[in-house]
Amino acid sequence: MKFLDEYRDAQLAQHLAREIHRITTKPWTLMEICGGQTHAIVKFGIDELLPEKITLIHGPGCPVCVTPLEIIDQALEIAARPDVIFTSFGDMLRVPGSTTDLLSVKANGGDVRMVYSPLDAVKLAEQNPAREIVFFGVGFETTAPATAMAIVQAAQKKLKNFSMLVSHVLVPPAMEALLSSPNCHVQGFLAAGHVCAVMGFEEYLPIANKYRVPIIVTGFEPLDILQGVLMTIRQLQMGRAEVGNQYSRAVRREGNRPAQELIKRVFQVVPRKWRGVGEIARSGLGLAEEFAVFDAEKRFGVTGHYVGESAECRSGLVLQGQIKPRECPAFAIRCTPEHPLGAPMVSSEGACAAYYRYRR
Amino acid sequence: MSISGNEPLTRAGKIDFGGIFKEASLACVPEAKIGDYVIVHVGFALSVVDEAEALKVFEYLKQMDDLAELKEAPP
Repeated sequence: MKFLDEYRDAQLAQHLAREIHRITTKPWTLMEICGGQTHAIVKFGIDELLPEKITLIHGPGCPVCVTPLEIIDQALEIAARPDVIFTSFGDMLRVPGSTTDLLSVKANGGDVRMVYSPLDAVKLAEQNPAREIVFFGVGFETTAPATAMAIVQAAQKKLKNFSMLVSHVLVPPAMEALLSSPNCHVQGFLAAGHVCAVMGFEEYLPIANKYRVPIIVTGFEPLDILQGVLMTIRQLQMGRAEVGNQYSRAVRREGNRPAQELIKRVFQVVPRKWRGVGEIARSGLGLAEEFAVFDAEKRFGVTGHYVGESAECRSGLVLQGQIKPRECPAFAIRCTPEHPLGAPMVSSEGACAAYYRYRR
Repeated sequence: MSISGNEPLTRAGKIDFGGIFKEASLACVPEAKIGDYVIVHVGFALSVVDEAEALKVFEYLKQMDDLAELKEAPP
């Protein structure tokens, strides 16, 4: 497919890798933010092409993985109601809550359906006026315009049977939280290309400046990632800390303004707990007052039955880039995609799932 | 890609994902026209691919080559 295959050219990838080897004289630690990049790195063995001096660590780039346990428990409670059709992205279905997961709720008679887009959930609400349709709205800034549009459409159509359980998260506050931690070894970031396609990259300028880290907006194909690494290392070697854009075919500096307007209209910035990381101020999106009538949490009065995380799961450390999935004693033994202890083993963007699939 | 709907909020396109056709909202890419490549996430087009920018990585690699040749050339 055009704009995909040519970015997987093995010879050109070797070429970029050689240049990275040539310029790297000191040890450097980089973090990629997006789970899509994590999967590409592990799948194509990009980390193995790099000099030993360069360490790539995987960031909290999987929105499904960082959705807090309490909200998953609320989802499970709503999904089990007989009057509800609960809709979600497929990734979420096997993510463990305190005691069960959505797929098990479905097996026990709950009407849980996987949808490709939040807009499909709105259609389902139109087609099923006698049922309550709930959409589980999780994701980064990349997904927020689509969920915002679903709310706008539901409001326009005056749908009384549509609501959303919202757990959207924002990337820059999480980067700042990581950088402020005393355990942080990250010296440069590959920023998530599609998040920036929506938001642009101006909000990264103060972060690069304050924490003295280069931040390179990077795409998802092997050549993209290698060029992103090269651009980051070049800056580090020269002692610079600027924001750069490797993914210019999709990302403009100002981002997508109509998408930003949609987000601003429908959501408000709220504090959000990140599973495995903790609460981060101003790091989430919740429904704005004007659209509070679509808030599933309020509509169903759910509180969740919070029990607690599996004691054995180390996903918090994985999500913060402090350990690699294989360093977890449960990895691929007591924790597998079929029987996960934590969300990163389930999601297609989770680091543990990537290592399970490609590095076992 | 074919485009349906004139209202800004309902404008949608049928997108060819390497042989699989699926509809996506074009509400946030008013500039998208037939023949363009778009980045679609969860049924929602986020960005029109800039073909000139898309070639930059290959130009960059070519420049690296040219530089390497210069360095290797005898004085």
